[in-house]
Amino acid sequence: MKNHGLVKKVLAALMAVSMMAALTACGGSGSSGSADSAEAAPAAEASAEAAGGVIKIGGSGPLTGGAAVYGTAVKDAAELAVAEINAKGGQQFELRFEDDAHDAEKAVTAYGALKDWGMQISLCTVTSSPGAAAAPLYDEDNIFAITPSGSSLAVIYQDADNAANPYGNIFQMCFTDPNQGVASADYLAAHPDLGSKVAVIYKNDDNYSSGVFNKFKAESEVKGLEIVYDGTFDDSNASDFSVQLTKAQAAGADILFLPIYYEPASLILTQANQMGYAPTVFGIDGMDGILTLEGFDTSLAEGVYLLTPFSADATDDLTKNFVENYKAKKDGEIPNQFAADAYDCIYAIAQAVEAAGITADMSASEICDKLVGQFTSMTFNGLTGQNVTWSETGEVSKSPKAVVIQGGVYVGVED
Amino acid sequence: MEFLSYLINGLGLGSVYAIIALGYTMVYGIAKMLNFAHGDVIMIGAYVAFFALTNFGLPLIPAVLLSVIVCTVLGVTIERLAYKPLRQASSLSVLITAIGVSYFLQNGAQLLWSSATKVFPAVISNGSLNIGSLQISYLTLITICVCILVMAALTLFINRTSTGRAMRACSEDKGAAALMGINVNFIISVTFAIGSGLAAIASVLLCSTYPSVFPTLGAMPGIKAFTAAVFGGIGSIPGAFLGGLLLGVIEILAKAYISTQLSDAIVFAVLIVVLLIKPTGLLGRKLSEKV
Repeated sequence: MKNHGLVKKVLAALMAVSMMAALTACGGSGSSGSADSAEAAPAAEASAEAAGGVIKIGGSGPLTGGAAVYGTAVKDAAELAVAEINAKGGQQFELRFEDDAHDAEKAVTAYGALKDWGMQISLCTVTSSPGAAAAPLYDEDNIFAITPSGSSLAVIYQDADNAANPYGNIFQMCFTDPNQGVASADYLAAHPDLGSKVAVIYKNDDNYSSGVFNKFKAESEVKGLEIVYDGTFDDSNASDFSVQLTKAQAAGADILFLPIYYEPASLILTQANQMGYAPTVFGIDGMDGILTLEGFDTSLAEGVYLLTPFSADATDDLTKNFVENYKAKKDGEIPNQFAADAYDCIYAIAQAVEAAGITADMSASEICDKLVGQFTSMTFNGLTGQNVTWSETGEVSKSPKAVVIQGGVYVGVED
Repeated sequence: MEFLSYLINGLGLGSVYAIIALGYTMVYGIAKMLNFAHGDVIMIGAYVAFFALTNFGLPLIPAVLLSVIVCTVLGVTIERLAYKPLRQASSLSVLITAIGVSYFLQNGAQLLWSSATKVFPAVISNGSLNIGSLQISYLTLITICVCILVMAALTLFINRTSTGRAMRACSEDKGAAALMGINVNFIISVTFAIGSGLAAIASVLLCSTYPSVFPTLGAMPGIKAFTAAVFGGIGSIPGAFLGGLLLGVIEILAKAYISTQLSDAIVFAVLIVVLLIKPTGLLGRKLSEKV
């Protein structure tokens, strides 16, 4: 019996070790990004000595887990922008990007790690809930942050419900959720040829989705847009949409508004197709990515409208260069809007740093005050918009573009 | 007519729950443990079928067979490596180990295949049967038929074969079964093999209806199916069948007629009421026929 017990213990230990191995392996893949930037660092440092030091930019986002697509897009695009700016000479930057797995607690831990590293400027977080958790810390330490894609009001306001008490040092590169809801309702009201009866399916346990829906609904009432059905789903019900679609069809909806991410949207499109229900589908920035979903039959997304600040098929030099370099870095993957927003964040920071004469020896707090002054007064031209400005609350002002999916690519819609 | 279409959709969803619930209920009946890694075996099955269909270009049936084989081997291996050493340990240790295995599989899948969602190819007919204004997709009909076939085959196996008899004996009393010359370890392995093989079939049905493949794919259907198993009476095979179907139908009808926001709350409220009235579940009996 004693031997048996020993064997048991050994096996249990083996099991534990193998699990640990798996866990650390995951951690390894998550932090490989910082390893990359660490490798790149000596080169940057060498050239930076001449320019008077490196300004450290931190940030966190999901590099693992369900939302990893967004985090890796932001990390890779930000690295690309930093490398381009450093190659031009002038003020040098160093980027360190931590994994927060789209988890509020991990975002706080990541913030601690970045602060210890000496972060002077931040990309805040990629997603909203971690951003809302980290925002008070940025406020407390007075570190300047601009999030590429944390679109919830809770990222920039202490009191998000009333949009009151902005932090003041946290800025957004993406539209806020309310803006997207209002812009979507306005667009649909202005284009009655798309349809007149709207059905909405949104995710009620997600701030982003329900935030957009509430504003969309309010604006629809103002604009006289008729919502004939609204249905919800949540994490535990994110696969079966037969009921919502049957109800929308029965209500006679000819527009289906989906303020949700593209994974559930792909299921909705598939199931609507199986039912033979073909409304005009209208999405927001979360729909971006549906064409790169592995194995997705893009013909299902034919004719889907979405509001997005960025389309990879634009023909201006800035977009063409970015798309080319991004594809070269990521084995031909076409950049989404998250990548474009991150790229713009770095360029906006660089522009403000130069204009304010910020140098690497300044403290984070000193840099923060100067950057806030710059961001509230400057105009920025980037991938995601021309003449972009920011208000004192940190909200961005730029115009969303409507695109329609035709032949598997985004095609800009002329107003 | 809408009601009928909801009902059939509910039966389709419930059939998938039922097949998954069989895995939970059989393992519980024989090994007296909750195998929380079962949902993740489904996920592995889905990935195997996905790669077989897209990367290797296999037709549907060989792809399903491959998935069944991989899942069966995986199920038996998990049992050998993780659960067998704990046969004499407290049930709490086994439970924690099962949760550990579940995380191991989820993170392993994420490491191997990344967390990005892949879309399962439409291999089963997309069309639908139209009776008047009623529209039933072939997929739903196939799902329900497969579920009934699986149930019938399993019932025959349990009642008519010597291995099945040995399984029933083990579920009654492992000690006595061993004294009668039954190799209890072998029977437990067979149970895991069958449960995991069924998980592979369930994964293909699940992913054909809801074509998203991702590392945490098995978690939610796993929990729902576990609920179905408890609903029907854990340890009882007809109970898993009934529980699964009822759960699917209640879920869809609650969504359709009460509220899409409250559907889960309603499902679990019904579960609580059932357990208050019948603590062992709908078909759960204390001593007889626990397999």
